[in-house]
Amino acid sequence: MSEAQGLSTPNLLGIKGLTKADVNLIHATAKEFKDVLNRPIKKVPSLRDFTVANLFFENSTRTRLSFELAEKRLSADLVNFSAAGSSVKKGETLVDTVNNILAMKVDMVVMRHPHPGAHQFLASKVDVPIVNAGDGTHEHPTQALLDSFSLREALGDDLTGKNIAIVGDIQHSRVALSNIEALKLLGANVRVCGPETLIPKHLHSMDVQVSHDLDDTIRWADALNMLRIQLERQGPSDAVRFFPTLREYTMRFGLTLERLSQSDSPVVIMHPGPINRGVEISSEVADSEHAIILDQVENGVAVRMAVLYLLAQRKG
Amino acid sequence: MTDQTLIPSAQFALILDRLAHQLIEHHDFSNTVLVGLQPRGSRLAERLQRRLQELQPECVVPCGKLDVTFFRDDIRSNDKLLSPNVNDMGFTVEGRDVVLVDDVLFTGRTIRAGLDALLAHGRPNAVALAVLIDRRFSRELPIEPNYIGKHVDSIGAQHVKVFWSEEGGEDRVILLNEKPS
Repeated sequence: MSEAQGLSTPNLLGIKGLTKADVNLIHATAKEFKDVLNRPIKKVPSLRDFTVANLFFENSTRTRLSFELAEKRLSADLVNFSAAGSSVKKGETLVDTVNNILAMKVDMVVMRHPHPGAHQFLASKVDVPIVNAGDGTHEHPTQALLDSFSLREALGDDLTGKNIAIVGDIQHSRVALSNIEALKLLGANVRVCGPETLIPKHLHSMDVQVSHDLDDTIRWADALNMLRIQLERQGPSDAVRFFPTLREYTMRFGLTLERLSQSDSPVVIMHPGPINRGVEISSEVADSEHAIILDQVENGVAVRMAVLYLLAQRKG
Repeated sequence: MTDQTLIPSAQFALILDRLAHQLIEHHDFSNTVLVGLQPRGSRLAERLQRRLQELQPECVVPCGKLDVTFFRDDIRSNDKLLSPNVNDMGFTVEGRDVVLVDDVLFTGRTIRAGLDALLAHGRPNAVALAVLIDRRFSRELPIEPNYIGKHVDSIGAQHVKVFWSEEGGEDRVILLNEKPS
């Protein structure tokens, strides 16, 4: 056991609000949890006196499973809640829903919510730690923490000066915003690449390069984080589209082995999932040796264990 | 009262020697592994491993490092953040004789956590405990060591600190009158 400074925040609302020391502490702790996950018995009793509520007001498979496994591996008790079939449909407010759950002696809330800032609001109303598992198009901090953790494994611990590109639907992606914040904290050069219509106008204020040319980006990058086109966030199907057709999108921004071969050095390929094979990434690339997509999923559990473990230890 | 040297350098080497001989007396090292508790017990385990190797060049003595942080009983009640150390076992303990090694045995709670942590690496045939310092009369759990470098009678407010030459200076053990902050 060594004694260190804890996290600087009682909640994980977003990467914005974390310090570089926080990110390093989470990554260092996650490294040891990854070791736990490779033992014959993949479970530690650290949080056996602790109960976590997973509140999912929006669909999720991977993140929810990952959080559930992280909680179980830490021996925490957990309750699951999804908005479908709940009293939310009967008109209950968010604060009332959460307070009812907390009245059953729950110690921490992991929440996904379609409204950006829902966690911020909730954190001001209740006094248990809140973990953001995605709030609309705003932030998805645990995804960014596991992406940067995986990058450090693939590219070396020090990301200073490494060129990382995020490609695709930046406008509707909470993964993109959280990733940009995390990578900037760790000193990497960040570029976003995608159609003009899917890149928000304010990005230059975050010291991020903007490109609309995937081939140039491949030659520049040490790692590419390929994002999915979020059709479900792009308005009703009869609304004005952000690009003419998926086929045209794939022709300009789809990652193929042929395109990748333009780079002199190997490029690390990431994807937060779910993958749309043949749209933003070809099957050959997704299954290639340079893809660390499944490592990301594996690391997700370890990183979430670290977040839960560190937040549960904070007093008051 | 000033701080007191419990074990000076010359005696330190003799004690390590004696512990190594005691281990050989009771274990044939064909199926025995050393497991040091992180961070300071693994230092002692490595020293013992080196000495055992010198005494029995034909035997390979595996030596693991076990971190007990996630198994402690005070994770949420301790005022300080408990952050983990590297866990480096490299073998399972299934069916093997294990000698658990720590530098100072005090309340016994670290060893309790160590036993739990050890079981996550398999079911050992038997577990023994070797410590450099046994602060007897201060146990909070029914745990007793099998191999002891030196007994020390001390009060709770005092602190026993082991210095290793690997960290600079000489090997020695000091009794501090206050726990360093």
